Amino acid sequence: MQKLTNKSIQINRDPLTFSERVYLPGLAKGLAITLGHVFKKKATVSYPEVKRPFSPVFRGLHILNRDEEGRERCTACGLCALACPAEAITMEAAERKPGEEHLYREEKYAARYEINMLRCIFCGYCEEACPKDAVYLSESVMPANYTRESFIYKKEDLLIPGNKK
Amino acid sequence: MSDQMFKVTIDNKTIEVPPGTTILNAARMIGPEVAPPAMCYYSKLKESGGKCRTCLVEVSKGSEKDPRPMPKLVASCRTTVMDGMEVKNFTSPKVVEARKGIVEMLLINHPLDCPVCDQAGECHLQDLSYEHGTEETRYDFNRRTFEKEDLGPYVQLHMNRCILCYRCVFTANQLTGKREHGVLERGDHAEISTLLGKSLESEFIGNIIDVCPVGALTDKTFRFKNRVWFTKPVDAHRDCPTCSGKARLWMRGEEVFRVTARKDQWGEVEDWICNTCRFEKKETKDWVVEGPSEISRASVISQGHYAGNVGTEKPQVFIDKIIGKQPKLLLDIHSISDVNKKGVTLSKIDGPAHSDDFGLKNK
Repeated sequence: MQKLTNKSIQINRDPLTFSERVYLPGLAKGLAITLGHVFKKKATVSYPEVKRPFSPVFRGLHILNRDEEGRERCTACGLCALACPAEAITMEAAERKPGEEHLYREEKYAARYEINMLRCIFCGYCEEACPKDAVYLSESVMPANYTRESFIYKKEDLLIPGNKK
Repeated sequence: MSDQMFKVTIDNKTIEVPPGTTILNAARMIGPEVAPPAMCYYSKLKESGGKCRTCLVEVSKGSEKDPRPMPKLVASCRTTVMDGMEVKNFTSPKVVEARKGIVEMLLINHPLDCPVCDQAGECHLQDLSYEHGTEETRYDFNRRTFEKEDLGPYVQLHMNRCILCYRCVFTANQLTGKREHGVLERGDHAEISTLLGKSLESEFIGNIIDVCPVGALTDKTFRFKNRVWFTKPVDAHRDCPTCSGKARLWMRGEEVFRVTARKDQWGEVEDWICNTCRFEKKETKDWVVEGPSEISRASVISQGHYAGNVGTEKPQVFIDKIIGKQPKLLLDIHSISDVNKKGVTLSKIDGPAHSDDFGLKNK
């Protein structure tokens, strides 16, 4: 039959030689390969003690940023939710009351802000869309968990800690 | 009046219009491809126009009898056509350049708070600057700001965003009969105000929200409730003793977030609606839904909205009949999510929601 590729190897059906029949040289050869791998450089790292270098454009877990005075930057404009191809972001806005100026940067703020990490594909469009520099994708990998409920990240989970007086 | 018709050519397209028609209206008769943008002119309001200058056009031939071109660009909303007139709108580089300047001028004092503004997504100034403006501002100085004024429970005034088109003044004059607000001061200090802190409560005053081309006058009952493009526009009507009752509902699921008048292709109100329809009737059972409104595909409002009954009718679910049992739900998002939580129905709150509506503990 005509060969389709030249990758096939012709099998040698000759009777075994003496060294092959005693088996031990072959065994030693195999063990030598195994032993050789012990001294080679390991392909894995001991995460989390050792971490691999990330690319500068790595997109990890989201954070909600604050401004220099510790006020929330997000104004719930909805552009991140609009840009999100996975429809992972939802929010509800509220009006800032007098006396809350130290908490929120603008007149309007996100009373609720949620990212469904089960839906999120970490494309970073929300970060690009944000006109207020509020949402960023950090360099930390999203932690795994046992329950689905724990993947609905609320505003408390996303907001970076403010300065405590 | 004789039956004589005037022949006018706008951007190489000829149309015959009755004498007394303005260039802008003649262009609108031809179609949106030649119609100049207008921020202050409103065909349903008498005496409107002539303020914003965005509709400037070049008249390259005055008329058949006097073919000299007009020396300067003219405001097309205020200039009537002559027989044999030739007008250049988008084909004239002079007009395009001038319009760029006008947009820059309108944006000089306009705050860039579109992320906060409720008008974003249906704002004529946004469209105008996107289509005819420049990319960035060259203005370095502080923008003009005004103190906040409360206009009552219905209308929210943001004087910083106003471009002084006077549409709301004409609406209040011609619709309500008793105008309670107006433009005070002059020049840079000119502002929309009621002077004595009156609240606007006339029966048709809600229409000033619809005629406002920017976010200077917005619906207080819708304030910050949702973004325009996340709500679905639906045409609906009801039996109203005061107005036509033909309105557009902005819905999300079963909730009616906002009621506005229907708008035509020029962004103008088709039928005025009364305050009761606009502010009080925010339940689906008050209205007879006709179907989804037609929204231009280029508009951000059309994102995620589909034609036909998709989204207004609940799709029939028959997976349980196929597999013989209810499918196992691994995560009911409503049981864990705080957004759209039961107990916090935003569309039922009168004004904008505050921290206490959400039970936030703010020190």
